[in-house]
Amino acid sequence: MAMQFYASPEQIMRDRSELARKGIARGRSAVVLSYAGGVLFVAENLSSALHKVGEIYDRIGFAAVGRYNEFENLRRAGVRMADLNGLSYDRRDVTGRALANAFAQTLGAIFTEQSKPFEVEICVAQVGATAADDELYRLTYDGSVNDEPGRMAMGGQAEAIAGVLKSHHRPDMSLGDAVKVAVQALGSVGGEGGAARTIAADQLEVAILDRGRVGRTFRRVTGAALAALLDDGEAPAASAEASTAAADSTEAAERPDS
Amino acid sequence: MAAAFDPSGRLPDLFTSTGTSSFSAFLSKAAPELLPGRRTLPPGAATDLTPHATTIVAMVADGGVVLAADRRATMGNLIAQRDIEKVYPADAYSLVGMAGAAGVGIELLRLFRVELEHYEKIEGAMLSLDGKANRLAAMVRGNLGAAMQGLAVVPLFAGFDLAATDPAKAGRIFSFDVTGGPYEETGYDAVGSGSLFAKAALKKRFRVGLSVDDAVRLAVEALYDAADDDTATGGPDLTRRIYPVVMSATAEGTYRLTEAETAAIAESVVAGRMENPGG
Repeated sequence: MAMQFYASPEQIMRDRSELARKGIARGRSAVVLSYAGGVLFVAENLSSALHKVGEIYDRIGFAAVGRYNEFENLRRAGVRMADLNGLSYDRRDVTGRALANAFAQTLGAIFTEQSKPFEVEICVAQVGATAADDELYRLTYDGSVNDEPGRMAMGGQAEAIAGVLKSHHRPDMSLGDAVKVAVQALGSVGGEGGAARTIAADQLEVAILDRGRVGRTFRRVTGAALAALLDDGEAPAASAEASTAAADSTEAAERPDS
Repeated sequence: MAAAFDPSGRLPDLFTSTGTSSFSAFLSKAAPELLPGRRTLPPGAATDLTPHATTIVAMVADGGVVLAADRRATMGNLIAQRDIEKVYPADAYSLVGMAGAAGVGIELLRLFRVELEHYEKIEGAMLSLDGKANRLAAMVRGNLGAAMQGLAVVPLFAGFDLAATDPAKAGRIFSFDVTGGPYEETGYDAVGSGSLFAKAALKKRFRVGLSVDDAVRLAVEALYDAADDDTATGGPDLTRRIYPVVMSATAEGTYRLTEAETAAIAESVVAGRMENPGG
């Protein structure tokens, strides 16, 4: 029979934190930032089917890094909670803060109660009427929540990426400029010998919460619209709209709320 | 609300389980009291409890569908509401309207819209048009008990089929009865108390390959004919500026005609009837 050794609670928590941090550091990073027209999500993602960025509700989006099965599980739970609350009350009563709280409690409970914590870092973003009203919440594997106004970076080398974001990002940027800053920040780490990398359009997952829309504001920016944004910073609005609509089934027409 | 009562504040296992992509299936476990069909009614007829929403017409046009409804809800011989809305965009490419018990119907359609949106968000892809119609059929069937006591709701569902290879066949209409369905209709269909008259009008005037604009006009004409012969259907109310709600679904998505657009069409229909009351 194996001998039971004593391990102090501090030691257990340290071990779990280390496991989670290592897991998160292995994956690719993501950034979320406010720009003039809404909230922008940019994640480095080799897959075009397994999303790191997703829609939760009318004005709320989700981005995550780490283990796909774990954050996807949380995203589904968030969609269920948002739809349940929106049906029982009203669509306006679903808030990013409530979702961030629920995710935080869930992550915290998993961290303390289960032998393996979730190896994820999550952002819940809610777009407001102006860039100053946007809400960005960062949730970590142990259930701690931080309100990060304006911009945030998640993943292995988040601090280095956040440094680049801080020096280049302004909340009144256009979409084209914001995408370029985000890609520049993501590419500033992980290159050979610390040099900057260029990241191709097909390795990026880009989505926005569009401030100007009524109803569901989330849409993905893919294909030609994304390539145009990366090339010259300004896509012609019409073509960006059209190719996004064609590429993305979550594109919703304007509809009256109820 | 299951989430609110969990003392730890953690999302219950039901939320994080792999489970289903259907919102109503989730709701049946998480909050069954929110499902319209789950309530047990006391014995006896319940017909007079809620106003009745009346006529909806749907029509296939070239490259899409049109769905239109009058604005009246009645309670026996009284007008309960003059400006009720009975058609909604179900999602980005489909439309749904209902006739029958208004309270139950509005709740059912609200749930149906969440159902489609929920699936789309969970799966990252839209349901097929047939999938949407089947979901709606299941939800109507869930209300059978209440329907037998007089709270029947019959929807009409129309949409643009993104999977259609022939653009002329992309617009599709599905009807239902209180036991479910769906029944796919060719060309046009109507439900509600004025549907007999609306369908008779469309039978004579509907042509395959109508443009969306012509179909919109024809739908307003058909509603006028329904209002002409059915007291429960409201015609265009020029004095109060209440006009039918008209929506279309095409490759560009759903569109609700603005108040000004429907006003112009309704006024021209009424002007035409001044000359010739039979249309």
